[in-house]
Amino acid sequence: MPIAATVNGKAVTLHADEDTPLLWVLREELGLTGTKFGCGIAACGACSVHIDGEVARSCSVPVGSVAGKAITTIEALGQPGAPHPLQAAWIAHQVPQCGYCQSGQLMAAAALLKQNPHPDDAAIDAAMTNICRCGTYVRIRAAIHAVAGASA
Amino acid sequence: MKLQRRYFLFAGAGALGAGVFGLWWGDRAALTRAKALTAGEGQSSFGGWLKIGADDTVTIYSPHIDFGQGSHTALAQMLADELDADWAKVRVEQAPADYAFGNTALAKLFVPMMSGHPDLVKHLPDTVFSLLARNVPLQITGGSSAIRGTGQVGFRVVGAAARAALIATTAERLNVPAAELVAAHSRISHAASGRVLRYGELAAAAASRTLPHDPVLKTPGQFRLIGKPVDRFDIPAKVDGSARYGIDVVLPDMRVATVIAAPVRGGKLLAVDHAPALAVRGVEKVIALDNAVVVVANGYWPALKGARALAPKFSDGGHGKLDSAGIFAAQAALIDTAKPDHAYGSGDVAAALASPGVRPLSAEYRVPFLHQAAMEPFALTGHFAQGHLTVWGATQDPIQTRNLLAKFAGLSVDQVTFHPMIMGGGFGRRFPPYTQIIEQIARVAMQVDHPVKIIWSREEDVRQGAYRPQSSARLRAALGPDGRIAAWQTDYAQFADAEAETVFPYQVAATARRHYTYISNQVDAYWRSVNSTQLGFYTESFIDELAHLAGKDPYQFRRAHLPEGGRHRAVLDAVASRSGWGTPLAPGRARGIALVESFGSICAHVIEASVDPDGTPRVHAVTAVVDCGMTVNPRNAEAQVQGGILMGLSSALGEAITLTAGAVDQSNFSDYPVLKLLDAPVIAVHFIDSGAPIGGLGEPGLPPASPALANALFAATGKRIRHLPIGRQLA
Repeated sequence: MPIAATVNGKAVTLHADEDTPLLWVLREELGLTGTKFGCGIAACGACSVHIDGEVARSCSVPVGSVAGKAITTIEALGQPGAPHPLQAAWIAHQVPQCGYCQSGQLMAAAALLKQNPHPDDAAIDAAMTNICRCGTYVRIRAAIHAVAGASA
Repeated sequence: MKLQRRYFLFAGAGALGAGVFGLWWGDRAALTRAKALTAGEGQSSFGGWLKIGADDTVTIYSPHIDFGQGSHTALAQMLADELDADWAKVRVEQAPADYAFGNTALAKLFVPMMSGHPDLVKHLPDTVFSLLARNVPLQITGGSSAIRGTGQVGFRVVGAAARAALIATTAERLNVPAAELVAAHSRISHAASGRVLRYGELAAAAASRTLPHDPVLKTPGQFRLIGKPVDRFDIPAKVDGSARYGIDVVLPDMRVATVIAAPVRGGKLLAVDHAPALAVRGVEKVIALDNAVVVVANGYWPALKGARALAPKFSDGGHGKLDSAGIFAAQAALIDTAKPDHAYGSGDVAAALASPGVRPLSAEYRVPFLHQAAMEPFALTGHFAQGHLTVWGATQDPIQTRNLLAKFAGLSVDQVTFHPMIMGGGFGRRFPPYTQIIEQIARVAMQVDHPVKIIWSREEDVRQGAYRPQSSARLRAALGPDGRIAAWQTDYAQFADAEAETVFPYQVAATARRHYTYISNQVDAYWRSVNSTQLGFYTESFIDELAHLAGKDPYQFRRAHLPEGGRHRAVLDAVASRSGWGTPLAPGRARGIALVESFGSICAHVIEASVDPDGTPRVHAVTAVVDCGMTVNPRNAEAQVQGGILMGLSSALGEAITLTAGAVDQSNFSDYPVLKLLDAPVIAVHFIDSGAPIGGLGEPGLPPASPALANALFAATGKRIRHLPIGRQLA
C-alpha cells in the first residue's frame, strides 16, 4: 500500500514494502544518496535523518512507520547558497576526511543544537554517538562548539 | 606477481629522482594516449598530468585516490606552486584507470627491484616488459607515498617543467631574454616593457615544446602554496550530501545484489537451494559463484532478505579446526622450535645475553587480527553491454582493478572500463588482489541483463575481511652493568617479514630481529601503517619494561639510547617538553611515551590515561610530535595525525577479529567496537620542520598510540599490557 509522507518539504508517495528500511527508500526510490548505509543495525549513525525534527537512524526505521511524518535528509539541512551553520562550520574547521559518515554526523549535530543550542562537552558526548573511522571527532567537537558559541 | 609493498615504500620515497618523470613523458605512446583521454578543445596537456585551458583553468590529474587523506589538494599545491599557478583556477581530477596514467616508465624501475634482479631491465625485450608492467599496480594509493613520492619527485617536476615551457614560449613571443620574465598567478610579466601574458594564451604553444627533464625546483623560501593550510577541494561536497561515492552509483534500470560468501576463508559453495530467495518479492535471480552466492533483486532490501532466506552449504577448505588460540600456540611453537625465516641485526646477542653481570628480561607479546572497518561497505556497479564491461566504484588501485575485471570477465583490458569514484575510507582494505567484490562484480555483471550494483552488508564486510595479521613476539634483552641495554632480540611470528618497513632507532651493541613465517587461512593484508603497528607496540612496550627494570624514567632511558643530535632524539625531546613530561598530574592519571619511525616519518606520543574503578581505561590527552621533513598542508597534516592516533587507540582499546572453527566470530560494529567521540581524547599535534626528506603522514601517527597508551596504563596501575586489545584486562 502506498505510503504518504513529506520528504525535504515535498509530499511524496512511497511504494516500497512496509518493512523496507527508510534508508533504502530514500536512496533507491527517491535517489537521495546523501544518506549513507553503514551497518544496517543502527550502530554507526551514517544513515541519520530527521523524522518530525528528531534524529533517527533510518536503516532501522521501517518505511511503514513514517506515514504522515516529515523527513529531512542532508540534502535539505541547508538551502542552496544558505548552508546550515553547522555545514559552514564543517568547512571552516575542515572536518571531513573520507566524508562518508559526515551526513549522519551533521544530522545528529543539527538535532542536538535544536534541542540544546549551547551543549557542553558532556552533552556533545551523549548526543554524538555516530562512528567516524577516519577519526574526525576532535574537529567535530570543535565545529559544534563554534556554532554553539556563535549563537550565544 | 606478488606486490612487494616495501619497494613502493622506499623506491617511491625519493630514490627515483626527477629523471623518472623525464622517462614518464618520454614515453610517447602513453603521452599521446593520456592527452587524448583528457585534453579537449582549447586545452593543452603537459605530460598528460596537467592541462591548461585557454580560460586559464589548470586541471591536474592525480594517479592517487583521495579517500580523505587530502592528497588531491596537497598534490595540487605542489604542482601549482612550481607552476606559479593562480590557485583559484586550479582543479584536481582523478586520473583515468588507464595505463597511460599508470606510467610504464615507473614500472621499469619497480619491476626489476620487485623481482630482486636489478639488471632485469637490461635483458628483457620491451614487449615482455610491457606485459610485466601491466601486472604491476601503477595507480596504487598506499604506503603514505602520494606526497613524498608522486608529489615530491613527480608533480613538482611536472609543474616546474610546464612553467619553464611557458616562460620559454613567452621569451620567444616577446623576443626578450627568459631571465627578464617573472611568473606569478598564472601570468608571465616583463617588467621593462610592461607586457603581461596569461598562461591560457601561452598554453597551446608551450605544450608543443619538449619539456625539460630536470627543471630547477623552488627552494622552500620561494614556496607560495606548499606549507599553506589551504582548504581541501573535496570538503564542500562532503557536507551537503552531493559527493558521489562508489555505493551511490545509480544507472537506469539498475538491479541491486548482495553476497554471502563461505564463512571459512578458503571454503567453496557446495550447494544452495535458490527457491527461498526467489520467493521474496523483488528478488529476480540467484547466482552461484565458486565460493559465494549472490542474490539479485530490484533493491538492496529484497536482495538482503533473499540472501538471508538462503541456507547455502559451504566447505571449510580444510580450515575448520583453526581458531585464534591455536594460531597463537602455533606462532609460539615456531618461535620456540623453528629456524627463523629471516634474521637481521648486528653483534653477538647470544653472548651478550649470557654474559655475567647482565640483568636479563624476557616477555611475550600478542596482537590479534584487525579489521580496517571503513565506513563505506564494499560496493561496485557493473554493466556488460555490446561486448564491453563498465564498472564504477572505489578501490586503492584503479589500473589493477581494471586488469582484474578483465581477467575475471574473460575480456581483454580494452573491453573493460573502470570509473574510480570517491571512496568511503580504505585503510588498506581496498587493494585489488584481496578486494573480493572485483571478481564478484565481473562474474555477476556478465550474467545479468541490466546494470547491477553489488553491495556487501556490514556483516559480510566484517566476516570476509582482509585483516592486519595476527602476530606474536618474544622479546629478550639484557641490561649491562652500566644500566644500558647490552643486547636486544625480537623474535616474531606472523605472515610477513617486517624488516624493510620498520626501524629500530636505539643504539644497542648487539641486536637481532628474527621473523618466523606463519600463514593462516587469511590473506596477508595491509592495515593502516601495516607492520609498524605491531612491531611498534612490541619495541616501545618492551623498552618501557627495560626502563622500569633499570629504575629509569622511560623518557630519559629512551633518550640515552638515541644518537645525540639525531632526529629521533629531537622528536622525543620535543614530545616530552610539549607534554609537560614529569610535571604533576591529577590523582590516578599517568603518562606513557612511545616513539616510532614509519613510512619515512618519525613520530612520538605522550598519552595521559587513567583507569576507572571498574577497570575501564580512559585516555585523556595525547601530545604528538612528528618530523616528516616538512608539511605541504599543515592543517590537513594535523588531521592525518589525529586520525592515526584515534585509529591506533581504538584498536588498542577494543578491536579484535577472532576465529572459531575457521570462521570469523565478529559481525558488525556491535561486536567490533570502533572508538566513538565520547572516548576521543584531547589531541595536540606538533610538527618539526627538520628539512629532512619529506616523509609520509597517512600512517606514521598511528603506531606510537598503542604502546604509549599501554605504557601510561602501566604507570597508572603497575600492570603491563602485553596482549592487545586491552579490553577488560585491567578489571
